[in-house]
Amino acid sequence: MRLPVSPDVEARLARLELPFNEDGVDPYGIDRQRLGFMFSAFGLFYKSYFRCRVFGAENIPKRGRAMLVGNHSGGVALDGMMVIASCFFELDPPRLAQGMVEKFLNKLPFASEWSSKTGQFTGLPEHAVRLLSEERLLMVFPEGARGTAKLFVERYSLVRFGTGFMRLALATKTPIVPFGFLGGGEALPTVANLEKIGRLLGAPYVPLTPYLLPVPLPARMEVHYGEPMLPAGTGNEDDHVILDKVNAVKASIAHLIERGRKRYEVQ
Amino acid sequence: MKVLVTGISGKVGQLVCARLLAAGHAVAGIDRRPWPDAPQGVVVHESDIRKRAAEDAFRTERPDAVIHMATVTHLTAQSEDRYRINLGGTKAVFDCCHRYGVKQAIFVGRHTYYGAAADSPLYHTEDEPPLGLETFPELADLVAADLYAGTALWRIPEIDTAVLRVVYTLGPSRSGTLSSFLRGPRVPLILGYDPLFHFMHEEDLASAIALALEKKLRGVFNVAGPQPLPLSVIIGQAGLAPLLVPEPLFRSLLGRFGLPRLPRGALNHIKYPVVIDGSSFRDKTGFRHAHDEHATIGAFRRALRG
Repeated sequence: MRLPVSPDVEARLARLELPFNEDGVDPYGIDRQRLGFMFSAFGLFYKSYFRCRVFGAENIPKRGRAMLVGNHSGGVALDGMMVIASCFFELDPPRLAQGMVEKFLNKLPFASEWSSKTGQFTGLPEHAVRLLSEERLLMVFPEGARGTAKLFVERYSLVRFGTGFMRLALATKTPIVPFGFLGGGEALPTVANLEKIGRLLGAPYVPLTPYLLPVPLPARMEVHYGEPMLPAGTGNEDDHVILDKVNAVKASIAHLIERGRKRYEVQ
Repeated sequence: MKVLVTGISGKVGQLVCARLLAAGHAVAGIDRRPWPDAPQGVVVHESDIRKRAAEDAFRTERPDAVIHMATVTHLTAQSEDRYRINLGGTKAVFDCCHRYGVKQAIFVGRHTYYGAAADSPLYHTEDEPPLGLETFPELADLVAADLYAGTALWRIPEIDTAVLRVVYTLGPSRSGTLSSFLRGPRVPLILGYDPLFHFMHEEDLASAIALALEKKLRGVFNVAGPQPLPLSVIIGQAGLAPLLVPEPLFRSLLGRFGLPRLPRGALNHIKYPVVIDGSSFRDKTGFRHAHDEHATIGAFRRALRG
């Protein structure tokens, strides 16, 4: 069965620099046709529904390894979807941002197949190192599931950052492109997280909105990319040294959010 | 050099034998199965590798090198003595290697050693431990045999031991674990999962094993050919039809309606990929596969039709 792909996505897909074989499958199982369908669907949300605006996309390297590191915004992975869409629709040539996905997703039917075929692999250090060594673009949310669980009132705040991404960036000499994401909290205003129901579904939680269902509203979204940071080190430093470097990235993201928020809230 | 091949009557065993003869080696074999049209000069000792007659083969043949590929697969048939053949047989082979002064030993293991699980990485490297044994106890004997063979590196350092973890094979012989699974015409897939399967042409595997011998390889190595493909793509290119079955139904349908029989733990191997990094073997031996993924499936497809 052939999945529908919009013509503009098809044109961009042709310029995506991934080593597809003649079946349109790359060595990691990323499927060209699935990407086409995914980006056609993401494109509708990106351009029409969330009217996503992107600032500083020129900070993302055109080629070579890089790590996009930003805040979680919104109770489901809308932020990730929009960042992936922005790298595909705004960059020239387009790039595929590959997320580091929560482990539960690969256990669920369909989610497992779709995430595997669109390059969104389980967040394992082995995956990160391998993809970076092959000069790919990684998308990391160091807040993890703690970050998507932020409530509406907490939407511009940052919770604790994991440090694994920094050790990996240092060990692989990967530039970090910080980004601030706005609008996810507005699209999916979470008032509570239902953990028991989530566990029944195999997820960490299900976000509860004032209108009950976790269906996103057409809130405007923005991604603000900052200048690349290239922290120096080996990745084997003591925790406090790593934490200082993580905090520098966190501060940079907080700054991007604050700067964007001034603009975002007046509109 | 005299080379003794266990499991010589199997398809890959026969192909390895042909390569060794072509390279000018003398070849003998041990197998429970006869090989009626074995090439001239190749003596096949019809015996179980754990039996006295197998040791006699070592004594009379006095091989310089041994290629041990007499292991039983886990994914298709449930065999009562599989455990004893895989582990007991491997121990017996290495004991004999030690006792009869063999200089080089190659254990041909499987890439399924690494296990299939939701949280296991793509492209396993040789330093990774096996995963998923708790859900697939049937794999334990192959894992144990693999690790046991590896101990020869320090227990019997005078033998150059190579442990090869090889991907599934496909090819004209229609033999092997993956071929049995793809015997069709309908191949069951678990709805919502479509894992990468790593495979190589059986001729390429035979070349890789012969190369390991030639290069006197020492250590543990993954052996892979072309890039892996999703199971659905393999099924399609083999001219077969996928049968998408929801997981809860899958267990009860196995072994019925012409679908293959599988142990319960094998389900993870149809949900999640086992993909290996074969770069270390390629770097050490200069191995290059001669058949890409399409030629490999094509050869299998033609054999299915023939």
